[in-house]
Amino acid sequence: MPELSKIEEISQGVVAGDRRSIARAITIIENDAPEAKTLISKIYSHTGKAHIIGLTGPSGSGKSTLIEKIVREYRRRGKSVGVVAVDPTSPFTGGAFLGDRIRMQELSTDEGVFIRSMATRNYPGGIAKATRDAVKILDAAGKDIVIVETVGAGQSEVEIIKVAETIVVIHAPGLGDDIQAIKAGLMEIADIFVVNKADRENAEKAITDIQAMLQLNTKEKAWKPPVLKTVALTGEGVPQLIEKLEEHRTFLKREKIGEKSLLRAETELVEAIKEKAVNSIIEELKREGKFQETLQKIMAKEIDPSSAAEKLLHSKFKKAK
Amino acid sequence: MQSKRKIRVLIAKPGLDSHDRGAKVVARALRDAGMEVIYTGLRQTPEQIVETALQEDVDVIGLSILSGAHRALFPRIMELLKEKGLTEVMVFAGGIIPDEDVPEMKKLGIKEIFGPGTPTEKIIEFVLQNMPKKA
Repeated sequence: MPELSKIEEISQGVVAGDRRSIARAITIIENDAPEAKTLISKIYSHTGKAHIIGLTGPSGSGKSTLIEKIVREYRRRGKSVGVVAVDPTSPFTGGAFLGDRIRMQELSTDEGVFIRSMATRNYPGGIAKATRDAVKILDAAGKDIVIVETVGAGQSEVEIIKVAETIVVIHAPGLGDDIQAIKAGLMEIADIFVVNKADRENAEKAITDIQAMLQLNTKEKAWKPPVLKTVALTGEGVPQLIEKLEEHRTFLKREKIGEKSLLRAETELVEAIKEKAVNSIIEELKREGKFQETLQKIMAKEIDPSSAAEKLLHSKFKKAK
Repeated sequence: MQSKRKIRVLIAKPGLDSHDRGAKVVARALRDAGMEVIYTGLRQTPEQIVETALQEDVDVIGLSILSGAHRALFPRIMELLKEKGLTEVMVFAGGIIPDEDVPEMKKLGIKEIFGPGTPTEKIIEFVLQNMPKKA
């Protein structure tokens, strides 16, 4: 376990852009070590400069391959890039196979690029619990662009909106029931749609389907999500995608003055309060022995968990009222 | 709060041979043993492998090689690991490595060499027992 002086050293390293420090910082956060909070508090004031992009879409749509091309294009434009690539953890063994780097091999020796593979560790919603803070680390380390690749997502894996400013939803023709794969949730969170593998037949149909869906949106929005075509293997359409990403960033700065980031900060604060409150209440109940006592009653079917929780909380907050 | 530590392993294939069956079997076995396994695909240079190990902050590296180039590539990998300060990372190897080369490879700091036919349980057990105690 790293000591406090070690944390100080690591956080200074992160802010200086040192790659080993960045890597170690992300590990500390992933392992939810007690030092993680100290670390974040030390680097927090250095965050907020990077453009944070989320890339999501169904398995096999070409997310990793497209990210490789996006990173190259940003590098050509002189930007430094951080990538957090999330893959699923097995709910049965707790293990994970992280293979997103296979498509990004040649980026690994570019000093302006930092890639980190991350397992979900069974966090729901298509990202890991540590993803948000890993993004902060890369942001604080001075990366101009931070890209988060979610796990292959279908409909409700929309946790990425809590992390990214600009969300790209990627789809590809021939992935099954056309637009079914991105119907509900994903349709609503996209700032930019990409139909990848656009050299395949049915690409035009996929584009028309998305456009038709978008036209059904009756709510007037200041930003209308564009639908772009790419061929990730050749890089076709990637410069146009970068233009749109930049355009969206300018839009965010100009129009909504951080409405999204306010929402993100709010969610984060609420979650942090919840976690701390829940932990401290449970700890106290355990200290008083009430927790174990109630557990026994639930096991004996004397009371159901929900009523038990209500009773415990009632006794706890009675005085305050 | 308790720390939720996971063993992170990089399975890498240095050099030019494209036989990755063994690497994938080992990767899968370690995954099923509850580890997080990063696999980077074929034909990796020592520089790519070491930089990946650094960025991914792995505890363990497993090198798979069947081309016979281990005597050129392994020393370079071990040297780069030292250069980048990744001395705590435990390295093991597998593939086709002649018995007479094994002592030389171990002298480089490679902890163990697993030949063809090694049961995956043996590799899992080895990794668990030789996990570096990292800060």
